[in-house]
Formats: sequence, C-alpha cells, structure tokens
Amino acid sequence: MSLDPSLRDAILGAVPSLRAFAISLCGTVDRADDLVQETLVRALANIHSFQPGTNMSAWLFTILRNLFRSEYRKRRREVADSDGSYAARLKAHPEQDGKIEFGEFREALSKLPEEQREALILVGASGFSYEEAANICGCAVGTIKSRVNRARARLSDLMAIKGSEDFGPDQAVRAVLAGAEGN
Amino acid sequence: MEPKNNFHVGWQGFLPEPAGQGNTMENDKPLGRKANMLSNTDSTPPPKSGLTREVQAKIGQQLRAIYNDVVDQGVPDRFLDLLNQLDGGKPGTQGGDSEKGGA
Repeated sequence: MSLDPSLRDAILGAVPSLRAFAISLCGTVDRADDLVQETLVRALANIHSFQPGTNMSAWLFTILRNLFRSEYRKRRREVADSDGSYAARLKAHPEQDGKIEFGEFREALSKLPEEQREALILVGASGFSYEEAANICGCAVGTIKSRVNRARARLSDLMAIKGSEDFGPDQAVRAVLAGAEGN
Repeated sequence: MEPKNNFHVGWQGFLPEPAGQGNTMENDKPLGRKANMLSNTDSTPPPKSGLTREVQAKIGQQLRAIYNDVVDQGVPDRFLDLLNQLDGGKPGTQGGDSEKGGA
C-alpha cells in the first residue's frame, strides 16, 4: 500500500510532539521512542480508519496513549518501584547548568498521578483543547479540566514544599522563578 | 481520594503552611457576618495571589520548555526510515519532506 503524501506529511509533522508527549509519560527517551515507533506501526496499519480532515495529531496521540496505558500497566507489575527509580533517575543529572531549574520541576511532575500529568501536558504543553484532550483520554471534558487544575495545584504545592526544607516557601518559590540559583 | 484541601477551588488555598506562615486560619474565628464557606475569597484578599499566579505561569513555562526541548529535535531518522519502510518499502525518499510539508 502506498501512503497518501498528505497523510504522510501529517504523520511526520506530528512525530516531534508525539515524542515529547511519550517522553513525558515514559520518563526515558528510549522507551518513549519505542512507544512512538509502535504507535506509527499501529497507525499505518489502521490508516483506513483515520477520517481525512480530522486532527491527525489527536488521532496519533490517542493511539499512543492507549498503547502506553496497556504497556504501563504491564511494566508496573514487573517493576514494583517504578516511581522511585524514575524519580532517582531524574535527579541523577544535576550537572548541566541549564537543566537545574527543571530538575525540581521534573521531579514534581513525576510525582503527579499519571492521569493528572497527561491531562496537564495535553492541555498545557501540546496545545490541545479540553475537548480534544478529553477525546484522547476517553473521558469527559469536566474530568480533564479537574485533572488539569489539580495537577497545577499539586505541582505548585510540591515545588514550594520541597524548597521549604531549606528556606521558607516564599524564598523557595523565588528561587524557582530565578532559576534555582541557591542549589 | 478527594483531597480535603481546597486545591481545586482555586489558586488561593494551597500555599504551604508548614513553614509557619500562619496565614491560613486567621479568618477562622467566627465572623459576625454569615459564615461563608469560601471565606478566604472575599473576607481576606490573599496577598499572595499574585505570587501564585506567577507560579502558575511558571509552571506553564517550564512545562512548555521541557516539551519544546523535545519538539525542537524534529523527526529522528529512525522514524523517517520506519515510515519509508512501512510505506510500501520505498527507499530513502525523505529528501523533499521538509520543503513539502512546511509544517
């Protein structure tokens, strides 16, 4: 079968964003790229079910998310301490100066419940509307909104509390805003 | 499961109190007026709402920065190859992609 060039372009155009989403879900680039690869294979095998004129990105994101969900559950059973090791891995690269301020943020992000994290990323980073995000996640729009709100609140909370171990919360927030110079 | 805090009510309620800021319950004493449930929204204008808005903006910024970091990497060869391979076994036709797609 030969792929319609416009579909091919649309798929390729979505790949960078798909990867970003996948990394945010998986935590590692290798796993994320495997997930993207699997997504593309699945998508091309089912390309006939894509409705031309609809949002290719959203379609691919839906496939990727479904794959991730099944894979993630599987892995979770295999690796009991997935969250702990993930957090440790994220902390393991403090050397790169530019990344320091993200270290704390990433760690906080990794502590969010998975559903909140994905909702926040779909809406806050991928640029999907609440409606599109709801379609991707297979839930109600109100559910997405509530997850996004809770994710933001939790993130803010996590970052402030973490900083308060060393200095007061206001200072901590200021440090985050200033690029975590104190660390 | 449902957090008791008023996390989802808005951005005012969740600044951490552990550092002894002592701000939270000042309005806890019975006020003469009707005890409105959302007392901290109107009886005590939170002085740090500006700060929390800043934090909210910062969260958005950091989120997009991390995300765009990856997006800016473009399409790794691995996926171009994969697409070519899946697409009827066409060998390296990726030469014109970027000009053609534009997106």
